[in-house]
Amino acid sequence: MPLIDSKSSQAFFDEMYDENGACRPHYFKYESLIKRVSRKKLNHLQFAADKAQVGMGMTFNVYHDDQGVEKILHLDIIPRIIPSSEWRIIEDGLKQRIKALNLFLQDIYNEQNILNDGIVPKDLILGSKDFLEPCIGLTPPKGIWCHITGTDLVKDKDGQYYVLEDNLRCPSGVSYMLESREIIKRAYPDLFNDLGVRPVSNYPIRLLNMLQYLSDKSKPKIGVLTPGVFNSAYFEHSYLAQQMGCELVVGMDLIVEDNIVYMQTTGGKEQIDVLYRRLDDTFLDPQAFNPDSMLGVPGLFNAYKAGNIAMANAPGTGVADDKAVYAYVPEIIKYYLNEEPILSNVPTYLCRKEEDCKYVLDNIKDLVVKETNAAGGYGMLIGPKATAEEHEKFRGLIKANPSNYIAQPTLSLSTVPTLVKDSIESRHVDLRPYVLYGEEIDVIPGALTRVALKKGSLVVNSSQGGGSKDTWVLY
Amino acid sequence: MLSRVANSIYWLGRYAERVENYARFIDVNFNLMLDMPQDMKEQWEPLVQITGDRDIYVKKYGSHFDRKTVIFFLAFDEDNPNSIFNSVQNARENARMIRENLSKETWEKLNETYHYVKSGKEKSIWKKEDPRSFFSHVKDSVLLLYGLAENTVARTEGWYFRQLGQYLERADKTSRFLDVKYHILLPSHEEVGSPLDFLQWTALLKSVTAFNTYRRFYGNITPSGVVEFLVLDKHFPRSVYFCLKEAENCLYKISGSDGVGFKNSAEKAMGELRSKLEYDDVNDVISTGLHEYLDKLQIKINKISNEVNKNYFQIKSNLIFQTQEQS
Repeated sequence: MPLIDSKSSQAFFDEMYDENGACRPHYFKYESLIKRVSRKKLNHLQFAADKAQVGMGMTFNVYHDDQGVEKILHLDIIPRIIPSSEWRIIEDGLKQRIKALNLFLQDIYNEQNILNDGIVPKDLILGSKDFLEPCIGLTPPKGIWCHITGTDLVKDKDGQYYVLEDNLRCPSGVSYMLESREIIKRAYPDLFNDLGVRPVSNYPIRLLNMLQYLSDKSKPKIGVLTPGVFNSAYFEHSYLAQQMGCELVVGMDLIVEDNIVYMQTTGGKEQIDVLYRRLDDTFLDPQAFNPDSMLGVPGLFNAYKAGNIAMANAPGTGVADDKAVYAYVPEIIKYYLNEEPILSNVPTYLCRKEEDCKYVLDNIKDLVVKETNAAGGYGMLIGPKATAEEHEKFRGLIKANPSNYIAQPTLSLSTVPTLVKDSIESRHVDLRPYVLYGEEIDVIPGALTRVALKKGSLVVNSSQGGGSKDTWVLY
Repeated sequence: MLSRVANSIYWLGRYAERVENYARFIDVNFNLMLDMPQDMKEQWEPLVQITGDRDIYVKKYGSHFDRKTVIFFLAFDEDNPNSIFNSVQNARENARMIRENLSKETWEKLNETYHYVKSGKEKSIWKKEDPRSFFSHVKDSVLLLYGLAENTVARTEGWYFRQLGQYLERADKTSRFLDVKYHILLPSHEEVGSPLDFLQWTALLKSVTAFNTYRRFYGNITPSGVVEFLVLDKHFPRSVYFCLKEAENCLYKISGSDGVGFKNSAEKAMGELRSKLEYDDVNDVISTGLHEYLDKLQIKINKISNEVNKNYFQIKSNLIFQTQEQS
């Protein structure tokens, strides 16, 4: 008998059970263990996991929420397991994709061959608010633009992975991948060895090595630049700085003189060489970008241009993870690498194209509509789940500003059994693996699996009632 | 070390010490009241008096000082900037800002202490007939935190900034504890030297865990003995002199000085006060008047703290004027 209490619909791919209700081989050992554990014990394990998160201070701040500032991201104790055969595809696919996107960024800020050859429309790039003019003509240290990527993948009912978003700016969540593993290891002490789960714990050192690679000094000074303690991802910023053993800095700690960036220390000024910045592009430097930014460092961009500081990710990457540019990524891969994309894109309708726009307006009830520049699950419409009024509202929005919207068919996100109060039910998940681009491209064998905790919901964002699962990539 | 980080570590040290002192203080006063003669009113006003936050109390609750209100005020009241709840929250906020500089163990223990105090607030501990176990747990949590730090934190700049904060705070609080005796009233002049007087001095010593040590050093409990011990003793880790000597050493370690003379205004102010205490005897204290002496002491400790701020924490503004003043 399967573990789940209410059987999932055939319309979805379940990661643990096949369409006949038989356990998939890579879940065999987990299933036999979990069947021997009483529900009471399971609930206790879940309780212990919640408690551990509060104790570790693994909390995040939710915007627009008056109910206290700190919440935990619910961590479900039933893991998502990925067999090595599947992982190989993800790994190869992501390496290919990041390599191409990096070449794309270098190109559009320099020669602009891909635009001149008409592969990607010029106005889409040059007219994007994320195309940063100050970056034109710039080559970042070692030619790397997107050092840290957290690509969102989903698995459709055909069992194939699709890339949903590239997230080339400041992808968050990696600390949850790391700390969740520590917590879940306590829940299944015997299973880890037995199953052969690949470790993720060396991520901070790999991140540090990547950041060190960006400087030519033998012992560069490295810092994580955070907007501050009120940012929703602050826990992660401080966690990573602590794990890497480097400085955690805010804008006011830094000062730029003669294009050199210094930290203000108790012993005076001290030069800093590499910044892992978790501040959006336009907040980085009020002199170069948003003059209202109180978070940035005046003069930072000039110091960067002068080659006196490296930043990860490089300013200007945002233009490549725009949801409209996303539609062109398969073309981008072919253009630079002369290869077929290993990971598929979700078919995407660009409302900026007339025929696509018409299709979207006519079929809005079957589609997911997204703003090209929004993140966090905000500003989107899930056609099949929305009311006629909402459809009409979005039709209006699209007509008013078509190039601001794209639409995609509703994907049937795969499911994983999830502990819900006193029962185990299937819930939809996505997958966010992390990729580091330093001396080589490095895909970490693990991921943040986000799970939509509401029954039937397809929105996995933490700001919209999503939780997480530990992700076990097997040897 | 970043100036902002040094600032946060220093205040982390001060707030953690404040939490422990307040918890101990409430605990001891509660005990003292149990021993008071039945016809004597419970005295909770002096507790509020010595914390220096009497005005805030009176504004909110009037001049009525009952047990539950005072405990609530000192432990949980968010309108009292120095309540245990606010101090532990401030300690945690400072720690959160500099987590990369703390060991995992110390951060988690502090975080846990914060959640414990918060739960006490939610459970209305001050309404309990006997809340002592709560306060002794808080006290133990801070001591455990010190123990963890002692064994997991490297003796670099950050360590000395936290110690500096801790010892300056403790010097201030010990002097205030001593001052409480000045404010606690005896029914009449004849009671000086009475069992009641004795009880109060004992309670005072217990407030700073000095009772046993005092007994071993002095035997009899006399006012001048207690004053000498708590202000001038060279070896007891909660005497004002000892705290200042430790704090001075922290300043030397931070500036890398050889401990002769001074390198900056913080070291100057510290050295002056430390040497005054080093060469004062108990008669100097008593002839100045205990209350006056302690008052001056507290003002000088404040001045040292301001000098530390000036020398180490202020940073050049790159946007608007930036400083992070705490108290």
